[in-house]
Amino acid sequence: MEQYLSLFIRAVFIENMALAFFLGMCTFLAISKKVQAAIGLGIAVIVVLTITVPVNNLIYNYLLADGALAWAGLPNVDLSFLGLLSYIGVIAAIVQIMEMFLDKYVPALYNALGVFLPLITVNCAILGAALFMVERDYSFGESVVFGAGAGFGWALAIVALAGIREKLKYSDVPDGLQGLGITFITVGLMSLGFMSFGGMNL
Amino acid sequence: MTTVKETLISPIFRNNPIALQILGICSALAVTSSLQVTVVMCIALTLVTAFSNLFISMIRAQIPGSIRIIVQMTIIASLVIVVDQVLKAVAYEISKQLSVFVGLIITNCIVMGRAEAFAMKNPPVPSFIDGIGNGLGYSAVLLSVAFVRELFGSGKLFGMEVLPLVTEGGWYNPNGLLLLPPSAFFLIGGFIWILRSFDKKQVEAPDFRMAKHTAAEEGA
Repeated sequence: MEQYLSLFIRAVFIENMALAFFLGMCTFLAISKKVQAAIGLGIAVIVVLTITVPVNNLIYNYLLADGALAWAGLPNVDLSFLGLLSYIGVIAAIVQIMEMFLDKYVPALYNALGVFLPLITVNCAILGAALFMVERDYSFGESVVFGAGAGFGWALAIVALAGIREKLKYSDVPDGLQGLGITFITVGLMSLGFMSFGGMNL
Repeated sequence: MTTVKETLISPIFRNNPIALQILGICSALAVTSSLQVTVVMCIALTLVTAFSNLFISMIRAQIPGSIRIIVQMTIIASLVIVVDQVLKAVAYEISKQLSVFVGLIITNCIVMGRAEAFAMKNPPVPSFIDGIGNGLGYSAVLLSVAFVRELFGSGKLFGMEVLPLVTEGGWYNPNGLLLLPPSAFFLIGGFIWILRSFDKKQVEAPDFRMAKHTAAEEGA
């Protein structure tokens, strides 16, 4: 239990997807003008990551890894080179299924998430988490916790940035830095702040 | 001929994918701490963008609109797998350092963005050139960031000593901040500032302006 808890904390703070690895930056910068929208996107990312990382974990361990097809009588097959294609396929398919499911059974949430759901397919944080999961050899349980933690960390970062940007529009920024430029510098400062978690050893 | 040149050159400065369109930033930040790795990443991304544009443009008339994203994804993912396998075979050390970022070329918005915005509407040859142009625009930003970070962060260029470090008996005291990831944000922010000071058209309009403090002026 303790091991899972420390994995979660590590995924949220120390290895924050957005501020330590800079994944999902495109959406991170584009959809962070309003706190409301940022919360919607953050929740969508948490849900999608918590589902896709474990599913990709199963696919990797039972279909793609070296010798993973032993249960099908093919112990010498190594399909790991198909990894990238399968992960992105799984992510696109799950996002699509989730969209249809929410549309039918939870229309309130569907309307709240709106345009963000399809956007998530091309969010590098999702594919990045799947690739980290493979690189670090997580077990199934760990991959569930890691997915949830990574999503939560990303959501936390985007909501924090949106809060800062809402205040930032009242400040007097030099013309050339207006908009994108000052956002970059703000994110840089936030990232420096998050680096202070770096010394923690869990 | 002018259009070819235009397609190739305009993404590098006037319509830079990173500085103006905010595309493909993820990898721009994470792989720029050393020039060697950055060069490999730039070549990989330029090739993937160019060829994915070429192939998608070739079959653009056959792709049904409703499933075009997944078709584009499949083409891009296959190209990235080729790049990944080649890197693992010929430059294993560098592919280790790039770790997940080669795979993340798939979700790099430049590749998807150009496929969707240009290749779906234009014939193969201009699309190919557009891909190369955008790859170069991305490379221009990445290489300049990596140049500053490696030169001032560790006093080296391509791993060769340029500024002798104090710790090795030289005179240069390296700036450790530049080796940390946040420095890339400051550098790109500064890069955008410079670019927009030269090209005023790119400056974004502020959402809000402070009103002049009129009462005080009247009093004075």
